[in-house]
Amino acid sequence: MTVQLDLLKRIPYFSGVGLADLESIKKLVFERSADRAETIVFEGEPASSLYFVASGAVRIFKTSAEGKEQILSIVRPEESFNDVPIFDGGSNPASARAMGPVLLYGIKRNDVEAILRDHPQVALNVTKVLASRVRQLVSLVEDLSFRHVISRVAKILFEQISGETDRAPRLTQQEMAAMAGTAREVVGRSLKALEERGAIKLDRHRIVITDKEALQKITEVSS
Amino acid sequence: MTERPIIDAEKCDGCGLCVTVCQCNALAVVKNVVTFVEAPECDWCTDCEAVCHTGAIACPFEIIGPPS
Repeated sequence: MTVQLDLLKRIPYFSGVGLADLESIKKLVFERSADRAETIVFEGEPASSLYFVASGAVRIFKTSAEGKEQILSIVRPEESFNDVPIFDGGSNPASARAMGPVLLYGIKRNDVEAILRDHPQVALNVTKVLASRVRQLVSLVEDLSFRHVISRVAKILFEQISGETDRAPRLTQQEMAAMAGTAREVVGRSLKALEERGAIKLDRHRIVITDKEALQKITEVSS
Repeated sequence: MTERPIIDAEKCDGCGLCVTVCQCNALAVVKNVVTFVEAPECDWCTDCEAVCHTGAIACPFEIIGPPS
């Protein structure tokens, strides 16, 4: 396998970069593959390379001291990850794990600096990519810090089983996120938190309310 | 019948990202549209729904009240 110029062209970092420039950038790009569930980047470790997903998907997450994971984002083809430590010289702020077989394009830290010096268009593109990343993370911080999302998710579940209908309601995590005014990633964590508190049980495609009173109590937390 | 993710063929652009993340090989792209293939029971990880950028896959949860 060799690095595909067509794919490089579609990466936002290289948007609007001429073919000749792209050919010279391509020489600095290396390939790396990862198997399902393989951790590509460990939180807290020194960062050596910037990565782009060529195929597959990568989950970016942080782990708490208790071992709980908070998904920050899912990186899809043509998107990048590990940008921040490459630019600020710090350690990896989060871990990255392959969600399936993944092919990555990587650029070593020193080579990234050379590319930015030699190709101002890439530097401009990087500011746009990072700005949109900041916007997405600010929104996630708002959800995690200021909103009692767990109580909102509890309320949604409580309302579903309090209806008149005999038919069991069905909701996706995306729909629950829209109803709670939050991100899908936060709903996933909220459901796990509700399970840990004994209010619900996640049983494959079922959410079983195991303790209605506990669930109701959680809904009463100000939101 | 095995419970399976709901696929909206109209929305699917056949990118196949869901196929790569599916841990039980329950998905395949057939004629440019993702389809559910007979496979060991889907464990409802919802990764396929999470990675789909067109919103073509839905993994709805059935919400069941406590036994009365």
